[in-house]
Amino acid sequence: MTTQYEEARDTTEGRVFTVTGGDWGEVVEAVGRADDERIIVNMGPQHPSTHGVLRLILEIDGETVTEARCGIGYLHTGIEKNMEYRNWVQGTTFVTRMDYLTPMFNETAYCLAVEKLLGITDQIPDRASVIRVLMMELNRISSHLVCLATGGMEIGSTTLMIYGFRDRELILDVFELVTGLRMNHAYVRPGGLAQDLPPGAVDQVREAVKLLRSRMHEYDKLATGNPIFKARLVDVGFLDLAGCLALGATGPILRATGLPHDLRKTDPYCGYEDYEFDVATADSADSYGRFLIRLEEMHQSLRIVEQCLDRLKPGPVMVADKKIAWPAQLSVGPDGMGNSLDHIRKIMGTSMEALIHHFKLVTEGFRVPVGQAYTAVESPKGELGVHVVSDGGTRPYRVHFRDPSFTNLQSMAAMCEGGQIADVIVAVAGIDPVMGGVDR
Amino acid sequence: MTEQTPVPATRREIPVEVVGKRQGMFGAQGSGDTSGFGGLAAPIALPPASSRPYGHGFDEVADEFEGALEEQGLDPAEVIEKTVVDRGELTFQIAREHLLRAARILRDDPALRYELCLGVNGVHYPSEPGRELHAVYPLRSITHGRLLRVEVTAPDADPRIPSLVSVYPTNDWHERETYDFFGLVFEGHPALTRIMMPDDWTGHPQRKDYPLGGIPVEYKGAQIPAPDQRRSYS
Repeated sequence: MTTQYEEARDTTEGRVFTVTGGDWGEVVEAVGRADDERIIVNMGPQHPSTHGVLRLILEIDGETVTEARCGIGYLHTGIEKNMEYRNWVQGTTFVTRMDYLTPMFNETAYCLAVEKLLGITDQIPDRASVIRVLMMELNRISSHLVCLATGGMEIGSTTLMIYGFRDRELILDVFELVTGLRMNHAYVRPGGLAQDLPPGAVDQVREAVKLLRSRMHEYDKLATGNPIFKARLVDVGFLDLAGCLALGATGPILRATGLPHDLRKTDPYCGYEDYEFDVATADSADSYGRFLIRLEEMHQSLRIVEQCLDRLKPGPVMVADKKIAWPAQLSVGPDGMGNSLDHIRKIMGTSMEALIHHFKLVTEGFRVPVGQAYTAVESPKGELGVHVVSDGGTRPYRVHFRDPSFTNLQSMAAMCEGGQIADVIVAVAGIDPVMGGVDR
Repeated sequence: MTEQTPVPATRREIPVEVVGKRQGMFGAQGSGDTSGFGGLAAPIALPPASSRPYGHGFDEVADEFEGALEEQGLDPAEVIEKTVVDRGELTFQIAREHLLRAARILRDDPALRYELCLGVNGVHYPSEPGRELHAVYPLRSITHGRLLRVEVTAPDADPRIPSLVSVYPTNDWHERETYDFFGLVFEGHPALTRIMMPDDWTGHPQRKDYPLGGIPVEYKGAQIPAPDQRRSYS
């Protein structure tokens, strides 16, 4: 008998088939001849609908998933270890690459932790905090848009994907104007920001908000009341409040059970207590509820962005303490952010003290007093916690990120077992894991 | 650091936790004493135990916790090794043999109700004899809007800590990660296997005795050493 798939192998775990596509009929036939009814399907780590290199191990009986497990670690890059060999400011360059869809949240959470260790939380200029909030809320919209877009694509709604990525582009354009890059910004720094908003940024944000608001109803039209969309999402990926708290699930998953837990309200940071917005909740505890929450959160984020624009007052964006503040004024060049030429001219040509100061802070960095701190921000996925330990040196002694994707992904088994295999895709899309954040 | 406030008599005496020594003025190592400050040596000590009142509303939490421990027939002085209030954060350092019962009390007592565990993180202090490995658990109470840190230590020679999965199932993956990176063995975990590194990996990468690795890179004719081989000022 000739087979198109690789030869079946007998292992201690049972008979193993490698499927390459188009040969399902033969596999089903071969499996049908075996006496063992149990089939274990390895989905991923390279599968278009597992949100990156996530490996799902599914034990299936017909179309029903009887057991589900995750295999992770395929994108582990040792960011936390690397940070122990770089100074505190360089840390932002690493953390921004963790959950690459929420760079502003990673950076802000890390910087808030470093600032807490330094004891300068109160000295952060207002303008820096307002811009942090502004960037985070724009980032929340772009992250939710990717979640809706990829989630839509996975259930066959390519229009939803096109719409989502089209609108995300507006936000990435703002990020590019402000930070020089569309991803991996390293824009938020311990003590404030790398640089102020460039000319024209406020106008562009206003334009983007206007355009986004005018397009938000398209998602309602396309998906919210769509019977096919609802048939795929309603009652799928159910996880109730007790399950969420036991498994540590936060963010839209927790709020979909009706509990309005949002760190921006319960444990405010960056001045969130001064903004007016509502915490979106649903009571269905399923994927559809999570979808509605994400949609509503985008509306609320637009509200916050507008309030940020109204609050922007001229002023510094970096803490006044010259022992901490990054000495250079950066500027955006054609290849991203770099030292401003005016600053180079000043330190190289006119002021030796400024040159020494610049050299010491850039090569050596500042010292952070001994101790540990935990700070958390409400990322689009849930509670993003940072535990930072310092031994009094110029480098972090230990940095650990409690990434919400990592914790939320644990609930996959609870959501999927006993359901249909097609619903696994919907449930995972509702968790919205980003493997860069899960594996770090 | 030298003028330490007296620890209440009920507490088990824990000396100041010294985790290292800093030499010289400028942090650079291996280049000889060119500055004349090379003889300076200062101990690196973790924040010491705090004395009451703790402030920030932490006294109430400590009272409730100690009361709940006594109700359960446990001696708070035995369970809580030290209480630290630092930078507006409350830390209970708990003896590892009592961790499981303490966590259950923290979760279930109506006045405490830390229903959300935010995982566990390891920290490795190779220069703290007998307490090299620390496990740090941030706990959040949504009911009372509070945050708490529980810290447990274990020696390198016997890196065992009871697993909290039976109390906080969310710690399943977090404990696997901490085991993977630090070699801390969480006793009672349902399946303590590696999670990030491959199953056949040797060593625990986040420990301080595990090198970062890397190779020198040539850039414009010059050799740039690997990150852990470069001169550091820490």
